[in-house]
Amino acid sequence: MRHVSRRTTLMFGAGGAALTVFGWSGRAHADAKAAADQIAKFTGGKTPDKSKISIELPEIAENGNTVPLSISVDAPMTADNYVSEVLVVAEANPNPGVATFHFSAMSGKAEASTRIRLAATQNIVVVAKTSKGEFYTGQKLVKVTIGGCGG
Amino acid sequence: MADKPRLKLPKEARKGEVIEIKTLMPHIMESGQRKDKDGKVIPRKIINKFTCEFNGKPVFTANLEPAIAANPYMQFYAKVDESGTFKFTWTDDDGTVTTAEEKITVA
Repeated sequence: MRHVSRRTTLMFGAGGAALTVFGWSGRAHADAKAAADQIAKFTGGKTPDKSKISIELPEIAENGNTVPLSISVDAPMTADNYVSEVLVVAEANPNPGVATFHFSAMSGKAEASTRIRLAATQNIVVVAKTSKGEFYTGQKLVKVTIGGCGG
Repeated sequence: MADKPRLKLPKEARKGEVIEIKTLMPHIMESGQRKDKDGKVIPRKIINKFTCEFNGKPVFTANLEPAIAANPYMQFYAKVDESGTFKFTWTDDDGTVTTAEEKITVA
């Protein structure tokens, strides 16, 4: 008979618990994971600094079909140091990607506005990359009354 | 696409001024997630890329996903140091490219 130590038993227990948690969360937040994957791909695994980004969105969007979004990055826009890319993701949309904005020193300021579709109440995450390889992030919760992704 | 894009930007600016540019492209932006009456998925048809160039140099580019609302609206900025022409392009999933140009005088 194999000897099962107290440590092994604990490991089995922990493994089981982890499986349960991941299995469940995998189903419930599949899109949040896809969003996180997309952000990780954008940053190349770096952890963005939670600063410098401001996001303008309505607190409550009655119609998810067209929600005004403005993003702004408080960073210099000079020829050798500027905000080069800004990624916008919506965690609970069927496809988390919303848009990627590419700026240049000629943009003058790293600000852009557009109108987006939101399927449900969710967080909008914005990640900015500078030409020097620094990353900044910010997020904002929007309550959506009627989803805008059709069915 | 018979409808023309709409542009709003100043005709004149001072050297080094950061100007605001607004564009609106009439387009259905079909997400590819909706179904018709028979339950068939309506194929995706969106503007997937928008670019703005000034005198041939890139100013602003946006890669768009189906989460952009119909009639994609873009507002952004440009720093102008000389007179010249802004060129805007919208690229459709089917390869159609719509362009528009606007001149600006910098004093």
